[in-house]
Amino acid sequence: MAVDALLSAGQSLAAACDDVREATDTDAVDGVHPRFSARPGSTAEAAGVLRAAAEHELAVVTRGAGTKLTWGTPPERADLVLDLTRMDAVLDHAAGDLVAVAQAGCPIESLQRTLASAGQRLAIDETLPGTTLGGGIATNSSGPRRMLNGTFRDLMIGTTVVRADGVIAKSGGRVVKNVAGYDLGKLMTGSFGTLGVVVEAVFRLHPLPADVSVLVAQARDTGEVAAMVRAVLHSEIVATAIEVDWAVTGGGEIGVLLEGTVDGVAARTTTARALLAGAGAPDIQVADQPPAWWGRYPTGTLLKLTCALSAVDHLLREAARLGVSVRGSAGSGVLYGGLPADADVPDTVTALRGVCVAAGGSLVVLDAPTAVKSTVDTWGPVAALELMRAVKQQFDPHRRLSPGRFVGGI
Amino acid sequence: MSGTHGTTKTAGPAVGLNPTEQPEVAGSSGGGPQIEAVRRRVRELLPAAAVITDHARLRTYECDGLAHYRVTPALVVLADSADHIAAVVRICAEEKVPFVARGSGTGLSGGALPRADGVLVVTSRMRDIREVAPLDQRAVVEPGVINLDVTRAADPYGYYYAPDPSSQQICSIGGNVAENSGGAHCLKYGFTANHVTGVEFVTPDGSVVELGGRAPDSPGYDLLGTVIGSEGTLGIATAVTVRLTRKPEDVVTVLAGFPSTDDAGAATSAIIGAGVLPAAIEMMDALAIEAAEAAVHCDYPDGAGAVLVIELDGPAVEVRQEFDEVERLCRDNGAFEFRVAKDDTERALIWRGRKSAFAAVGRISPDYIVQDGVIPRTSLPAVLRAISEMSASSGVRVANVFHAGDGNLHPLVLFDESKAGQAEAAEEISGKILDLCIEAGGSITGEHGVGMDKSAYMPRMFSEDDLDTMQMVRCAFDPDNIANPGKIFPTPRLCGEVPGRHKGEHPLARAGIAEIF
Repeated sequence: MAVDALLSAGQSLAAACDDVREATDTDAVDGVHPRFSARPGSTAEAAGVLRAAAEHELAVVTRGAGTKLTWGTPPERADLVLDLTRMDAVLDHAAGDLVAVAQAGCPIESLQRTLASAGQRLAIDETLPGTTLGGGIATNSSGPRRMLNGTFRDLMIGTTVVRADGVIAKSGGRVVKNVAGYDLGKLMTGSFGTLGVVVEAVFRLHPLPADVSVLVAQARDTGEVAAMVRAVLHSEIVATAIEVDWAVTGGGEIGVLLEGTVDGVAARTTTARALLAGAGAPDIQVADQPPAWWGRYPTGTLLKLTCALSAVDHLLREAARLGVSVRGSAGSGVLYGGLPADADVPDTVTALRGVCVAAGGSLVVLDAPTAVKSTVDTWGPVAALELMRAVKQQFDPHRRLSPGRFVGGI
Repeated sequence: MSGTHGTTKTAGPAVGLNPTEQPEVAGSSGGGPQIEAVRRRVRELLPAAAVITDHARLRTYECDGLAHYRVTPALVVLADSADHIAAVVRICAEEKVPFVARGSGTGLSGGALPRADGVLVVTSRMRDIREVAPLDQRAVVEPGVINLDVTRAADPYGYYYAPDPSSQQICSIGGNVAENSGGAHCLKYGFTANHVTGVEFVTPDGSVVELGGRAPDSPGYDLLGTVIGSEGTLGIATAVTVRLTRKPEDVVTVLAGFPSTDDAGAATSAIIGAGVLPAAIEMMDALAIEAAEAAVHCDYPDGAGAVLVIELDGPAVEVRQEFDEVERLCRDNGAFEFRVAKDDTERALIWRGRKSAFAAVGRISPDYIVQDGVIPRTSLPAVLRAISEMSASSGVRVANVFHAGDGNLHPLVLFDESKAGQAEAAEEISGKILDLCIEAGGSITGEHGVGMDKSAYMPRMFSEDDLDTMQMVRCAFDPDNIANPGKIFPTPRLCGEVPGRHKGEHPLARAGIAEIF
């Protein structure tokens, strides 16, 4: 009987997709071992796989490069891993329209290479090496450039999704300006694969800047951080990013990224240097490359910390006091904390979450060892959770898409 | 600096053309037992001044900026607070009576067209700017606050609110949220969805929820991004947290005259292709220039087949570099005049021609239809030529005024309703223009919304599955279909029974191997 059910599910999957195999240990999703792995080569194949999964009531976890499979809470169950790495093509680059279309399994880096040949880019940072577009969309991951350019939710203008029942649906389109219908792309962004499978996306692009400079200043206390960030953020030099790297010892660096024309960047660098010096920076380095810590998550248990802009210095101070190192966008209020292995994670999370929430933000435990995860509230308080459950109920009534990986057990 | 298109006065009176085509909204007299119950309960709950039931006064709310569609609502509520709105919506939900939200009523797609059997919830009295927090780069405002007033409130701190629909002197933030409004400067700065970080929101069952907040990236689904632009079909925003943008160091406004729209289109493509991202690139063709000149004497170059209004902003030294590039590319592509505003007065004069274009067209034609289609920028020359050929062969005049930088066309199709056959001919051309946009890979609406006006065109752009999937969101928010029903979607999806969480035993569990999953 067992063998029959498995055989039958396996046969349906194999009929839908020519790259289906039994899963191995390397296919585990945050400690949960699936039965099958399917690597569809097209949207049609992906839809076929999801139809087969629906027919056999298989729980499906979608993956790309697998760089963030341990983010969020572990799935309650996983029968099938839907691996999108074969769907890695840049389908179109309409350079004159500053628009690109790519499959979800396409690594961000590979899309950027294609775009760079025409002097363009997707203004989104690759925060983990190898990250695919789909993985970035599913987690709404973002790096330093979000301050000026926004995140996937702002730059994705069209989305093709395969629903839990295998139906293919599009929203948006290939033009930047478009208000026809609901923007399902935003709903899918950051949904951790729990509403549908994004298989294809259309992006708004930006020209590559002719020149770049990075200023790095030491800060001795959070008062200096506040003064420097404020000076640059509230100036007219239009920085692309303002990052902070803050150690538990209560010291660190501020980095400012400027992008533009050659003459423009030179002049703005001079202004930025004066602004930082005026805010008390004792020593300012200028380079054409960011420092090694730039845009990299801190090590250890990884926290995502958000707050109102005016509270960033307070957050840094409290984090240091609680033994959490912090790195991220001081100019947008989205930062990342790292906790060492020997930390008391639940108490630290509770205390620091209180700080974030009081400052108009939130704390999410993005990534942690399984043993740690089981002891903490990963997502924290979530407003409008009932509405989110209602959306989930519509899109995936049988809870087969990454069940349990998202807020409130969704 | 401001954008440019339709106001309440400029909306074409004849879109759709046949009022009898809207039985669903025009049918009822508004006297059913449910609406009677709503009327009674709302009157008990709210101060008398907040409730309108008098027919003559109700009629003043019969249309929004698209005056062709008119329906007298059964009841109008002038809300003073989120509590009012939540209470009225809750009553509507209990009595299963539809409600429609309205801000300033400047929309151009009939999105705020009332229901004869429903309640019109007007937010224009909720005008408090609750907070301007420059250090957080945020402001918190009520939905009835006028768009431009947010910028005025932020100005002393060196900030402004970037989305600038041309109606920004009268349109409300609540309406902007419903429509995901853009404006001339959204080419560089994006739309309402990119500039709102949080809303307090009344869902169609009357609950109040917070979506988003002061910080970005609230945990959970991005319901904020989902409700912005949902045209009042998912609920009503009762407070809005907006992102404020630092005012640019320098702004340069240029007027360039070209022999033809082909040349102006080529210049636009060359500018974008060179990696320059202006704050705005607007185009007007000869007929639009003629109308604007007659109306406001904007002194555009003589003999121009097209003009571009280009605005560059940012750090002064960057603007200077971009300006040199833009001038070179305009001249290379045939610009015979290249005029730079020397001060704010000259800048205002350049924008005046563009801003007045819709109203000006009203002076050269008794009636006109405004379209809002979008095409990929590179298709501009081909689509403009096709429109011009259609116009020549049919004898229907079309004036073109549009956001060239992002391919958002606003063709004005001119006609005289009093002359037999003209209205039908204009409507036909108008529909064909939308078909051209869809064929070119574009959209039927760039900023005006689908509303009542373009719902019939949605199936040309989206498949049945696409529309069905969008309406799954609708079913999650509004299973009884009472929030602005009849807008956006040509056919409502029946939300049906909510299916069970999981039907029966998992087949693999049945097979006795569940523990391994």
